[in-house]
Amino acid sequence: MSRPRSNRRVFAVLLVVALLVAGVASYYASSHPDGLEYVAGKTGFLETADEDGPSIDSPLADYGTEGVDDERLSGGLAGVAGVALTLAIGGGLFLLIRRRDPADKTGD
Amino acid sequence: MHVPDGFLDAPTSIATGVVAAAGVAVALRKSRDELDDRTAPLAGLVAAFVFAGQMINFPVGAGTSGHLLGGALAAVLVGPWTATLCISVVLLVQALFFADGGLTALGTNITLMGLVGVFVGYAVFLAVRAVLPRRLGVVPAAAAMGALVSVPVAAATFTGLFAVGGNADLDMGEVLTAMLGWHTVIGIGEAVITGLVVSAICTSRPDLVHGARRALAARAADERTDVTTSEVVA
Repeated sequence: MSRPRSNRRVFAVLLVVALLVAGVASYYASSHPDGLEYVAGKTGFLETADEDGPSIDSPLADYGTEGVDDERLSGGLAGVAGVALTLAIGGGLFLLIRRRDPADKTGD
Repeated sequence: MHVPDGFLDAPTSIATGVVAAAGVAVALRKSRDELDDRTAPLAGLVAAFVFAGQMINFPVGAGTSGHLLGGALAAVLVGPWTATLCISVVLLVQALFFADGGLTALGTNITLMGLVGVFVGYAVFLAVRAVLPRRLGVVPAAAAMGALVSVPVAAATFTGLFAVGGNADLDMGEVLTAMLGWHTVIGIGEAVITGLVVSAICTSRPDLVHGARRALAARAADERTDVTTSEVVA
């Protein structure tokens, strides 16, 4: 099992799938409230939600891109930006805290 | 299941914030054992993949939808401690940039999805895997079971928090029944997505799947035994 393999290909596939899901497929997602929101509305605590937190002013608030009118493009760009932000913050964190094994030559 | 600001009172939000901070602090230390030069980039991609997956709300009937939480999926792919960090990063990005999930509720959301979702999902995965044969084909099925259970348990945990510190006085039995009912159906979607993704990666690159290591080790041991046997026969 120790034969060297390229990880780049599988990483690239994962990234492309994530970008397509967030950037393209998300347009076709259901716009119905999710389970929690639905139950909150039904049982009567939805109005306790405070939706005016500071991040409502973010240019990507509610998965749209500020200044882009086309709904498909606006949501798609927001999705791509979200994937990029998550990858940058998560990937950066994980590279920082990983074990660095100088003897390990199986890395990509 | 992103909890907005306002659902829970300040003491409860502070308490879940402390739980989340402690969980993330432990995860930062423990994930070192799961992360090396090979798995660190994979973990970043898993986080990005969970972000994308959470954008896809699927209808579950009666004008309601659900989306992937991703805790069990990430735990099986990259290990539970790294999964807690993956989900926490996703929730942080959503709360900061997408106004999805409140900032004061970030601790609550990390507790529900990054701790309860991840560790319930992973515990069920381990339990199912333990009673099934040590084969690669078992891994996606066990992951799906973990995913299935993780969603209603996270929903029940929210209901418990709401019973303690909810900003509305309600019949909690009614809330619990509704939360469990809908999130069991959403859990089926979670199980299907988790099973398919784990299966796809297990088929192409099982060596990258944290939860498949035991099955791979068993296979390698079998192969070694076969080689030894054939040498003896020869």
